[in-house]
Amino acid sequence: MRQVLARAIGGVAIIGLLAGSAACNKDTSSDTATGSNCGYKLAFFGALTGSAANLGVNISQGFELAINQYNEKKGSTCIEVAKFDSQGAAEVAPGVARSLVADKKIIGIVGPPFSGESEAAMPIFDEAGIPAVSPSATRVSLSSKGWKVFHRAVANDDAQGPAAAAYIKDTLKAEKVFVADDQSAYGAGLADVVKSKLGAAVVASDKTEGDGKQADFSALVQKVQSSGATALFYGGYYTNAGLIRKQLTSAGWKGVLLGGDGMKDPGLSKAAGNASAAGTIVTCPCSPPEAAGDEFNTAFKTKWGVPAGTYSDVAYDAANIFLQGIEAGNTTHEKLNEYLSTVNYKGIANTYKFTSTGELDPTLIKVWAFKFNEAGENVADQEIKIS
Amino acid sequence: MNFSGLIQDFGPLTIAGLTQGAIIALFALGYTLVYGVLRLINFAHSEVFLVGTYACLIVWGFFGLDQNSATPGMGAVIGYLLIGLVAAILISGVTALAVEVVAYRPLRRRNAPPLAFLITAIGASLFISEVVGVLTHRNQRGVPNLIRPTDVLVIGNMHITNLQILIIGLALVSMFALDQFINRSRLGRGIRAVAQNPDAAALMGVNKSRVIMLVFLVGGLMAGIAAVMYDLKIGVTRFDAGFILGIEAFTAAVLGGIGNLRGALLGGLLLGLVQVYAASLLGSEWLRAAAFIILVLILLFRPTGLLGESLGRARA
Repeated sequence: MRQVLARAIGGVAIIGLLAGSAACNKDTSSDTATGSNCGYKLAFFGALTGSAANLGVNISQGFELAINQYNEKKGSTCIEVAKFDSQGAAEVAPGVARSLVADKKIIGIVGPPFSGESEAAMPIFDEAGIPAVSPSATRVSLSSKGWKVFHRAVANDDAQGPAAAAYIKDTLKAEKVFVADDQSAYGAGLADVVKSKLGAAVVASDKTEGDGKQADFSALVQKVQSSGATALFYGGYYTNAGLIRKQLTSAGWKGVLLGGDGMKDPGLSKAAGNASAAGTIVTCPCSPPEAAGDEFNTAFKTKWGVPAGTYSDVAYDAANIFLQGIEAGNTTHEKLNEYLSTVNYKGIANTYKFTSTGELDPTLIKVWAFKFNEAGENVADQEIKIS
Repeated sequence: MNFSGLIQDFGPLTIAGLTQGAIIALFALGYTLVYGVLRLINFAHSEVFLVGTYACLIVWGFFGLDQNSATPGMGAVIGYLLIGLVAAILISGVTALAVEVVAYRPLRRRNAPPLAFLITAIGASLFISEVVGVLTHRNQRGVPNLIRPTDVLVIGNMHITNLQILIIGLALVSMFALDQFINRSRLGRGIRAVAQNPDAAALMGVNKSRVIMLVFLVGGLMAGIAAVMYDLKIGVTRFDAGFILGIEAFTAAVLGGIGNLRGALLGGLLLGLVQVYAASLLGSEWLRAAAFIILVLILLFRPTGLLGESLGRARA
């Protein structure tokens, strides 16, 4: 009996491990349609689980909504949705990317959302020639790696960083600023841009471990306090930022926490508590969700039961860019990539035109500041003009 | 190297390091107790701690407390703290017992090699952590602001808050009580006897399997206390909260001399201090590396840790 029990428990543990890894590849397949330019798949590649999963889930939901609407219009499952969970981790991304590439029906990718996983996965997509549109990876250097299939539907940190710096200088009028980052490709890149733009106003800086690898920030808190800074810019994601905000508040620091789009998530106020998160400023090269229009917001809410999140609208647009291209008969990787280089698409969040390196056309860049309110939501504060 | 920063902030850093160190020390007791008796590293101990961090949050949730609720009055806070402590201690203790009964006892009955214990320990640890991860959707959970930190004692630029005093005080009291229990009570004598020589102890009429359960239980109780203090200090918990802190606590236990109760206290406090000093001097990115460099250096000169392995000796 006991042996049976021990085996059963061992079995459960193994199943648990398998379930953990099997969550990587979820296909929603059904009868494949045979209409013209049908029978292909569009893939979402990004974090569906992991410490910053909310940001990936927002994107996958916008992406899936666009394809569902397209299929409804067609009256059949013309384009299939394939979702690949990178866990947002650079060390997990390459393996998942290879399984994506192995599916020959996939002709376009929306993603990867984060910069670190982009660095790890894009070389694989590039080699396979599958065009990708990231709705949110903002590290500057991503467009200079020579990947022919890389496109991003947002401005890079060269826009967001200076905008954050401009906000700190002109709106907050902070004279002493502390800059910290989480040593990730995204966080460190953004913090460096902010640091160089603020120049002498930066009184001190520090680095933390990544999400989930540090919980006690007392040394950072102490440094921020004794530096006399009235503003802390943190390059990182909402998970750490919520913890840092809470510990700063408990230690009695009254300054303002600022960050980039990686912190633009209610996860921050959920961890920190609405009262201490209130006043936190996040910049985002995106428009307020209201700007996407009621039609999108209602459809999103109906489908997913939650309001559209950060970059849900951009992901929706990115998917629609692909769908328009497929509709026009660009059904090979090469043709679709060629189409992306000339596209001029007016979506719900922005108008999209890509430069030869896959960057969003500079004239289309918008950066907004959002502020956490007492209810723990981040609401549009103002559009930041970058001079 | 930022020496001026370290010197300027020395006072506040010391108190911050001691607070974190106190939590690590309580956590480390579980590793040390089990090792002292069974010569086994119970890696699932980090999850014994983890369930404690959730247990008190869930109980506080029953009273309508979440991360957004206002700080209650003094009397209510003491009540909530006691209830939270009881819940965390109970759940952590029960989890520790369950791990011993499910993961270790069947192996011990069959005289399994030490490696098998290591694997089940890691398996149990992963299993509990993943289950909590799935149940909580891997989201963080904020802790209610039960204690609004206020300065109680100000020495120079060193502001000692009520929360820091509570954490360090509670840790010292728990450690003292445990030390007395092991060294003076009848059950404690049983634990020491089994640690020293299991066979002789059995011949003298000590029930070994009861002693082992007792050791797991006591380690779980201490982890429960540590879990409540962690919640209050860190302010957030999540499914992998036990992992990193578990490694730190295990390090502390080795640093002080694994199997030695007072060693765990010393190791924990020392590790807490080293981490904040290193973070101040070199930058927070060096916090963990520095801790392990110190560990290696100390083990080079004192291979059995600062105070040596000695749960079994008459005087700990």
